[in-house]
Order: sequence, then C-alpha cells, then structure tokens
Amino acid sequence: MSTTAILLLSILALGFLITFQIAKASEYVSILNGEKKSFEQSNKVNAFLMVAFLVLSLIGIWVCHKAYYGRTLLPFPSASDHGEKIDTMMFITIAVCGVVFFITQILLFWFSFRYQYSEKRKAYFYPHNTNWEILWTTVPAIALCVLVGFGLYYWYKITGDAPANAMQVEITGKQFAWVYRYPGKDNVFGKKYFKEINEAEGNELGLIWDDKAAQDDIVTTSAMYIVKDVPVKINIFSRDVIHDVGLPHFRMKMDAVPGTPTTMYFTPKFTTEEMKKITDNPEFEYEIACDQMCGNSHYSMKGIVKVVTKEEFTLWRAGQKPKYVEINSATAKPASGGMADSTGNLKQGLSPTPDSTNKVITRR
Amino acid sequence: MSNEAAMHGHPEVVTTHEAHHDEHHVHHHKETFITKYVFSQDHKMIARQFLISGMVWAVIGGLMSVLFRLQLGYPDESFPWLEDILGRWAQGGKISPENYYALVTMHGTVLVFFVLTGGLSGTFANFLIPLQIGARDMASPFLNMLSYWFFFIASVVMISSLFVQTGPFSGGWTAYPPLSALGDASPGSKVGMDLWITSMALFVVSSLLGGLNYITTILNMRTKGMSMTRLPLTIWALLFTAILGVLSFPVLLSGFILLLFDRHAGTSFFLSDIFLASTQQALPNEGGSAILFQHLFWFLGHPEVYIIILPAMGMVSEILSINSRKPIFGYMAMVGSLFAIAMLAFLVWAHHMFVTGLNPFLGSVFVLLTLLIAIPSAIKVFNWLTTLWKGNIRFTPAMMFAIGFVSLFISGGLTGIFLGNSTLDIHLHDTYFIVAHFHIVMGVAGFFGMFAGIYHWFPKMYGRYLNNTMAYIHFWVTMVGAYLIFWPMHYQGLAGMPRRYLDYSNWESFNQFNDLNKFISTVAMIVFAVQLMFVFNFFYSIFKGRKMNTQNPWGATTLEWTTPIHAGHGNWPGEIPEVHRWAYDYSKDGREFIQQTESVNPNESKH
Repeated sequence: MSTTAILLLSILALGFLITFQIAKASEYVSILNGEKKSFEQSNKVNAFLMVAFLVLSLIGIWVCHKAYYGRTLLPFPSASDHGEKIDTMMFITIAVCGVVFFITQILLFWFSFRYQYSEKRKAYFYPHNTNWEILWTTVPAIALCVLVGFGLYYWYKITGDAPANAMQVEITGKQFAWVYRYPGKDNVFGKKYFKEINEAEGNELGLIWDDKAAQDDIVTTSAMYIVKDVPVKINIFSRDVIHDVGLPHFRMKMDAVPGTPTTMYFTPKFTTEEMKKITDNPEFEYEIACDQMCGNSHYSMKGIVKVVTKEEFTLWRAGQKPKYVEINSATAKPASGGMADSTGNLKQGLSPTPDSTNKVITRR
Repeated sequence: MSNEAAMHGHPEVVTTHEAHHDEHHVHHHKETFITKYVFSQDHKMIARQFLISGMVWAVIGGLMSVLFRLQLGYPDESFPWLEDILGRWAQGGKISPENYYALVTMHGTVLVFFVLTGGLSGTFANFLIPLQIGARDMASPFLNMLSYWFFFIASVVMISSLFVQTGPFSGGWTAYPPLSALGDASPGSKVGMDLWITSMALFVVSSLLGGLNYITTILNMRTKGMSMTRLPLTIWALLFTAILGVLSFPVLLSGFILLLFDRHAGTSFFLSDIFLASTQQALPNEGGSAILFQHLFWFLGHPEVYIIILPAMGMVSEILSINSRKPIFGYMAMVGSLFAIAMLAFLVWAHHMFVTGLNPFLGSVFVLLTLLIAIPSAIKVFNWLTTLWKGNIRFTPAMMFAIGFVSLFISGGLTGIFLGNSTLDIHLHDTYFIVAHFHIVMGVAGFFGMFAGIYHWFPKMYGRYLNNTMAYIHFWVTMVGAYLIFWPMHYQGLAGMPRRYLDYSNWESFNQFNDLNKFISTVAMIVFAVQLMFVFNFFYSIFKGRKMNTQNPWGATTLEWTTPIHAGHGNWPGEIPEVHRWAYDYSKDGREFIQQTESVNPNESKH
C-alpha cells in the first residue's frame, strides 16, 4: 500500500465517521424537537433541493454541451453520403426528444417543489381523466410515427443495394487486425476457403490458388484505399470471432461474422487530406474501430481507410502486386524456402524485384 | 410440527383461507436457527436473504466497476496497491487487458442478473406478493426456498470462476460465440466460461422456480375481495415480471446448452469458417450461425431489461401515490401500459442486432415495434407526473428515490428512441451512447427503484427505520453522481467512441476525452463510497435503527401494513383481512387515506 492510498482511505473513513455522527445526532434532535417538526423542516429542505437540482442540472447540461459538443463528430460534416442522412435523422430525433425531455423534467421537479407538504393543503383526489390519457397516448404516437417514418426512409436508402458502378473491396477481420482485398484486373474476387488459410505461407485469407480469379487478387494489411465520390461496396468477413467494421466518420458500422458474409456501401465525400483541413487536425485518419468485443486486444484492433482521388488511387493500385505473385516470387528466390523461414522470405518479397515477378512455382 | 418435517419441505403453513384461524395466533412450532434463518420457508425471510445476497453482489459488482474505471480514467498511471489485491492480474499496478475484460464482463453479469434480477425481483416479489394480496405465504414455500438456494449456488459458482487460473469469462456479459465458445480465442473462454454457463443455468432454474411461484400465488391466493383490479400496481408489475421471466429464461437456457455442446461436444450450432491465429489451425466446424445465438440470447436479453424495470415501476407507482397522498393517476392505464410493455418486450429483441447483417426489412419491423414501446412508457411518465400534480408531497427517502427514478427513466427512455431507430443505431451501436443509455434507464433507474423499495419497506422487514440523514445524503450524491457520470457519456458516443476499450491513447478519433474519463472515474468512486455508506446504514439500522412503533408508518392503504410490526410466519395472527376497495383511496372525501380492509360506505364518492 502506498502512502497516498492510506491517506485516501483514512480521509474516506474519517468522512464516513463524521457523516455517521451527524446522522446519529440529527436522529436524536428529531426526537427532541418532535418528529413532526423535524419532518417539516427536512421536507422543506428537500423540496428546495429538488428545484435547485433542476436549475443546476439545466446549467450543467449547457456547460457540458459547451465543453464536449465540439469534440463529437456532429459539428463536422459527415464524410459519406449515408452519414449525412444519419446526421439529419440525428438532429430530427434530438429536436423531438429534446422538447419532451425539457418539458417532462421541468414538470417533474417543479411539481415536486410546488406541491410539497403543507399542513394547509389537501391533496386533490384525481384518480383518472380519460381525455388527458388519450392526449398523451396520441401525441407520442404521432411523434413516433414521424420518427419511424424518417428513420425507415433513410434506413432503406442506406441498406439498399449498392449501385452497379460501385467499387468492390473486401475486408476481413481477424484477432486483432484487418485484412483488405481488391479483386485485381479481372474485377472478380477469387474463391477462398477457410481451411486453405496458411499464415506461414502468407495466405491469410485462404485464397484458392487453383482459381484463376484469385491469382490477381490484391491482399494488403496496410490500409483500405477508396476513392472520393465513387460509391464503394465493402464485403465483410471474419476469420475467427465476430468483429465489427466501425467507421465513425462515415457513420457506418457492420458486423464481421465468421461464416456469414455481410456488406455495406457508401460514397465517401472527402479525401483524407481534405478531412485533415476540415477537422483542423494534421494527424487525422479515417480509423476503422472494431466495435464488437473480440478478445483481449479488442481495444487495439485498428484499421485505416485512405480516401484518395481517382489519380492517387490509380497510382497506388499500380504499385500493388497480387498476393499470388508476391508469395511465389518470395518462395522461388532462395531455394531453401521451407515452412520455418517462409515468413522471413515474405518480407523480402514485399520489395518488388523485377525479375522475380514472372517466376511461378506450382503449389503442392 | 417438528423441525424435521419443516426441513423436508412439508409446507408449514396451510394456505387456504378457512383452515387456519387458531394455529396462527402463536408460533406453534419451535424454530431453530437453521429453519428460521437458513433454510427458511417464510417468504419474508427468503426476501431478506435475496436482498442481502443481492447487496453483497452489488458491492462486488460496483467495486469491479471502480477498478476498471481506474484504468479508463488513468490509463497511463500505475497503482501498486492493485497488485496487492489482484496479484498477477495487475502486474506492476496496471490492470491487464484480460483482467479488464474479465472485470467488465463480471460487472455486467453480476449487476444485470444477480443484483437487478435476483436481488430486486427476488426480494420484492417474495416480500410483497403474499403481504399485499393477503396470503399467508407463497403457493409453494418449499419451491420458494429452493429458488433462493439455487440462486445461492449459482452465486457460489460464479464467484468461484473468479479464482480459476485462466480467469473468469471475459467476453462481455452477452457471451457472443465464437468468442465465448473457443478457449483458444480468449483465455476467459476456457474453464471460466464453463463455470459461467453453469452458474447462469442454476440462476435460470432459480428464476423459474421463483417465477412460477409468483404467478401461481398472485392468480390463486388473493384474499377475499381482492379482485385483480384491486391489486396494488406493485403486484401487477411483479406478475408481468414473472411471466416475462418464465417465458424467456428457458430460451436463454437453450442457447447456453447449445453453446455448451459447441464447446465440448463438437457440434456446430454457432460455429463456422473459423481459423484461429493462436493455434494456427482451422476448426472443422461448418454451417453454424453465430447470429443464431444472438437471437436466442436477446429473446431473453430484451425482456430481461423489463424484468429489471417493471418491478421498479410498480414500486415507484405505489410510493409516489402514497407520498403524494393521492391515488395513482389512471390505474387502468398503468396496468394496461405494464401489459403493453410486457407483450412488446417479446417482439423487439432484434433491435440489438441491427448491424449484424440482419435483413433490412426485418430490421424495419423491429424498428416499428421497438418505438411502439415509447407509447406505454409515455403514458406511465405522464401518469406519474399527474400523480404528483396537486398532491401533498412528503419527501421520505423512498419518495426521493421514486422521483429520481422518474427523472432517470425519462432521460434514459428518450435515448432509447435514438437507439431503437435503426438508422441512428448504425452510428451509435456499441459506442458510449448505448453505455449511457442502458446504465441510466436500466442500471441506475433499476437501482433507484430498488432503493425506493428498500427505504419504503425496510420498517416492515425489520421493524426499524433506516437513518434519514444518511438516506438523504445517499439520494442526493447518487442522483447528482449518476447524471455526472452518464450524461457526458452521450457525447463520447456521439464521437463514435467504442465501448469495451481499455485504452484510447492509440486512437486519433477517440483520444480527446482523457480529462472527461478522469472526471467520470472520480465521480464513480465517490458514488461508490456513498453506496457503501448505504450498506452500512442498512446493517446498522437492522440492529440499532429507530424502532417502528406504529403498524402503518406511511399511512398506506395496502394490506402489508395491517400485519403486526413483527409478523410471524403466516403474516396475520388472526384471520386474513378481507378487502373491500382498491389500493388507492388517498385524500378521498376529506380523509387522508382509507385502508383496503375498510368496507365501502354507500355515500362514498366513486373513483
């Protein structure tokens, strides 16, 4: 035990002791003064505190809003078209719920204060009133219809089919990283099967090399590159447990479920560079946050989305080598390409050597 | 009756209304310590057992939250004394990720099930049902006793899981497979998870034994004149709670059993296409659906939140009415809205799963059904407000907590409208917004209902009062603290900050809240300390509290206040009183209150 801990504990114990003594004493005082009198006194104090609590809370809400609203995502434009819809829906809901919140909370604490016990007052026997009850059944029902209506209108827009011209990207979650795949020149994702996964050989996704379509697929773990103003359809997979592709700046989120592919699509509106200016943060990145508890390093399962212009994307894409080529060029170069050091070779393989690209060895 | 017979579960109490006049005037059998305090079949004692067990759990669960808030508030600092307490789980005074997730998981499991289900409805259903409907005990006192002891064994198993070498389960209280199914994916999913499932299965048994008993008792054992529409709202709420539990807990159990099969019997209910990095091996399982478990889980999981909140609503209705000295406004609407909430509870579970890849059309149906719940909730809130209106309010500690409950229910209920709308849920799902939402509406509001109940019925339980000064300090610190802790979390949620992260420093998007996290952690510790003061007040007052010397200290109309101050097993020494009116004749015809046992005067105004 450190001294601070002991100090804190003794302060706690002391505070506790003092409170207890006061509590005991006040009980004796109430017996001496008569229970009725002390009840009336404490009732007045508590009634006053009720309304004080209301006022201080309203001020507190304002202070909290001042302090933290700027740190949320809402003051900045959403980075995707779908996000704009979600933000609009958010403001509609905040407005409706905000009105209800202030009315009901103010009534609650005001009534508590206003109708505090008084010897003179007689409580009003008022067991029910059908008209009032109809009123507060129908008004919330109408308000909710509005919210459901807007909500579902946007929901169908967001979850609808991706446009035909959408760019296709695949993302796979594993403990505790993201792997991205692009379909290559043929624009078709090659077949994969989880039992083909072999990390030692660099086949993280279990691509089936016999499938021609798989041979030109690009697999990368560095970042997911997507293009500004081009709709992107993200095909989501998981390799082990449930993960979640959380994209707060695009306001999008979708689980990655082993055995069950999921998708989402959206159109990014600002490049990463533009977003750095918008948020006035030179360190800004579009981060992919895993939003589904996936194990002990869940909190560090981060991916990066790079939104770039069309030209930048073409350039980046030109520098990428298909995984098949990458693996085979790596294992082909040193003859002793055993299982044990194949990962080491893989690292060498990442730096492209012009003569090795065409060498292909057949898989076992 | 011999102790032996009592031990073997022979019901000591004859519960029909005619056959018990004489034998209950005095304690007719000698009670030993064991039959009276341990294997008791008296519903009042079982209620107290549930309450005290629940409080022990609440302290444990709360302490866990203090520990992980320490990590969240001070991620860069180390606390050497933590190593003294937690050993290798906090090497160098820093909570390890395994331990962090174990603490979070256990905090959730313990508080949702063991405190706010077992501790809350276990206590008040047992205590209030026979007393308020006018019965000598539950329909089956023996099953009732078993219900407690299953709860107790479940507790022992859950506690024991904290001490296994690979640690307790650490995959979140929702226990989603495959994480919860595979020990190689997370050490907590090894033997810790087996113990977790065993404990939860025992808990379900306890809850079913209790629930069946509550339903049977309410439907069959009401005293003469106690028609369903004369029942206090507490009983209606407890009835719906029990129905929810009986119909939904078995589904959860089925999910757990399938999970157990997947873990040990090689089945593939929830497993498919899995390659584990830790073993570098692909599992043989194919064709299972991980999402199926979520359906089974949330089919209980959603009713579960109503299992927590309905008893609180019932008690709050009762306490608001008594202390406003006014009838509850719109009794039938209150019953109707409880019914509507209970029914809708079964039809909204998939709103927890909007981003699992659920068919968007199905999602939209669940949006509609989910937002419908706001209507009965609105009715309840406005009826509570109208109950206060033109009342003559006495701020007893119970009343304070009841008013606090309404405030929290409004705040947390409204954020439910955000989350129930799938469009917004895409953004808010699994962020701090949801943490704020359910802690306010289910966690703190559930606790406020429980505190209100404890302060209100403590005199009936122990024949003494809790200390008022400590009660008021308890209320105000908890009320202010709850808002200080959870209100700013909405802003963290609107920043997209994910829950269940123990360190945000590596994230450019979420590291702007370090000062706020520190603040929240500090307030959480203060609030926790005040809860300890409440626990102290509770145990101190059992033995040393101010004595209750009137039978009906709050001037209430219901039957429990017609029993003697220290009611024996059987509750009423003579005959069970007959009921002539509803439970809410307050301030009627110039009288402050008219007890349910008083016959109706022909000149009385109608309600």
